[in-house]
Amino acid sequence: MTGETDPSAPVHDSGPTGRDAAPEAHRTGRRRRGEQLMVPRATFDSYYGRPIIKAPAWEARDIAGYFFLGGLAGAGSVLAAAHQATGAPRTATALKITSLGSVGLATAALIHDLGVPSRFTHMLRVIKPTSPMSVGSWLLAVYGPLAGAAAASALSGRARRAGAAATAAAAVLGPAVATYTAVLAADTAVPAWHGAHRELPYVFAGSALTAASGAALALGPRRETGAARLTALLGAAGEAAADHAMRQRLGTVASTLREGRAGRLLRTARALTAGGVALGLWSGRSRAAGVLAGTALLAGSACTRFGVFAAGIASAEDPAHTVGPQRARMAERARMAERAQAAERASEAD
Amino acid sequence: MTETHGGPSGERGTAGRPDPAADTGHPEPPPRVGFFTDTSVCIGCKACEVACKEWNALPADGFSLSAMSYDNTEGLGASTWRHVAFVEQTVPDTAPTAVPSPEGRTELGLSPVERAGGSAGGEQTEAEETPGSKIRWLMSSDVCKHCTHAACLDVCPTGALFRTEFGTVVVQDDICNGCGYCVPACPYGVIEQRPDDGRAFKCTMCYDRLGAGMEPACAKACPTESIQFGPLDELRERAALRVDALHEAGVPDARLYGHDPDDGVGGDGAFFLLLDEPEVYGLPPDPQVPTRDLGRMWRHAAGAGLALAGAVAAATATLAAARKGRA
Ligand code: SF4
Ligand code: SF4
Repeated sequence: MTGETDPSAPVHDSGPTGRDAAPEAHRTGRRRRGEQLMVPRATFDSYYGRPIIKAPAWEARDIAGYFFLGGLAGAGSVLAAAHQATGAPRTATALKITSLGSVGLATAALIHDLGVPSRFTHMLRVIKPTSPMSVGSWLLAVYGPLAGAAAASALSGRARRAGAAATAAAAVLGPAVATYTAVLAADTAVPAWHGAHRELPYVFAGSALTAASGAALALGPRRETGAARLTALLGAAGEAAADHAMRQRLGTVASTLREGRAGRLLRTARALTAGGVALGLWSGRSRAAGVLAGTALLAGSACTRFGVFAAGIASAEDPAHTVGPQRARMAERARMAERAQAAERASEAD
Repeated sequence: MTETHGGPSGERGTAGRPDPAADTGHPEPPPRVGFFTDTSVCIGCKACEVACKEWNALPADGFSLSAMSYDNTEGLGASTWRHVAFVEQTVPDTAPTAVPSPEGRTELGLSPVERAGGSAGGEQTEAEETPGSKIRWLMSSDVCKHCTHAACLDVCPTGALFRTEFGTVVVQDDICNGCGYCVPACPYGVIEQRPDDGRAFKCTMCYDRLGAGMEPACAKACPTESIQFGPLDELRERAALRVDALHEAGVPDARLYGHDPDDGVGGDGAFFLLLDEPEVYGLPPDPQVPTRDLGRMWRHAAGAGLALAGAVAAATATLAAARKGRA
């Protein structure tokens, strides 16, 4: 990358009355004629340091909570079906109830965020494939009753056939419920979310699987925890790998995942998840270990979602994270065009 | 009001489609209209802000001083649909001192470039006038861009945001449910929710006035014709001439912004002539509609979902094999 746009450089104000810029920033700014030629432009202009895009006004508790609960519910349905199929009915039932509870709470969180509950019906007014929120609302409208039927049948022991069908159908929709929220976040101009639009679904899938595995470890009987121990490990490993890829992809914007509230949450998430996976290994011998491991995994998953949410807000609030990647993209395009031109000239000369 | 639910405007990449109204399903729409905001003649009088507030009966923003030059509005928002940016900057002495006004137009007293410490209030600012440099003001009236590929419209789950027959983008406030998705989707940070009721609001390009054959209130009020309203094609031609004229007159930094149908949003219905980099005015240098990557996002979500299911299947299979081995 040329020095023309170093995205790591702090934003400085073009106006001398800017709030944040130190006086030095103005002197090193590109407006100094003499220096302009010698040192590459190392700062961005901004309008008094104000953000360019608007951060969502969503409450973290509602929306990050919704991401977490959706993941727990969706992955829980998959795990429930697996436990059902492999002769671990008590864990399966516990997971079905967890999924129903989570999807219920998730819907409540969504409705709470709208402010006026009656407005929720507008969500199902149209089906819009271009809107992940519309797709998600319809997904929940189908998945919710299925999760409900699966849990009701397991609890009451009635309508076993229908219960099994609902369990299977919920397991089919479960992965979509767990991962569509990543698309919902990524389909915005928020730099940390959109920039990671390829990796975020895998982060969310891994995090969802660790959460559901946590629920299985915490709620299932000792001798049924074998599968969840493994899925916790796989989920955590997948999440860690995706998280690494996401940071690589984000470049300078990845600082929003390291710093501040987001950084603290994501470090906590990592520790809780690793601890939960390790402790889970003893869940076959000790019920207490299972409960502790499960709780840690659930908390870790929640911290991941709240951390990613906080990083998004931080990236939206700093104009450097909007300008930096865009300037880099423009520089890249200019380089490509130059190369194409050079190639053309070369072929003409031949 | 004709309502359409906004096709996948971003999905097909950035190939400019000249007529978004027809594309959304309006039969025989009138020509697409827009704004050309020529910031080189803006005097920062804020007549547009006031006219917009009045015509659209927008609530007040409260009385606060921002300490940002002469700009106390700070940015576009739910109740500010025109915002006049007021940039105070130190430039080399060699920068052009006067931007010629378009032919046949009355030149108003306050040109965008003023000597520091002059009668224009230089003493009150902290602006630095070092040897070889001077202070200049840039003013620009910002507004919703009425994008060809509008992210706000794409992501709105209720269909509250729709494409009008004029090719503009409007929110229907009786449909909006306050989900707030459009807010982070807009690559320009235009649309916003009102904190008191949660619903989203933005510039309608005076949809009601357009329907009655009138021009939007801001364009009507602008005393310097910095805000020009008309069919987008005509405006683009006029803008190209103006930017050429400025280049010839020795203003090499003059550039158009948002005029290109091949840019990341398919071109703006409201585009600008700027005298510096877009970010100086608080505009993104290379905006892209996030939905253009939606197909890829769904594919990765599907891949991640399959991986999740696969992990569970693998774990159960491993367990079953281990049990069998033990039995
Ligand atoms: S500028 Fe933002 S609010 Fe206006 S049409 Fe484009 S995406 Fe929508
Ligand atoms: S806040 Fe209103 S206009 Fe914006 S996306 Fe939601 S329903 Fe649509």
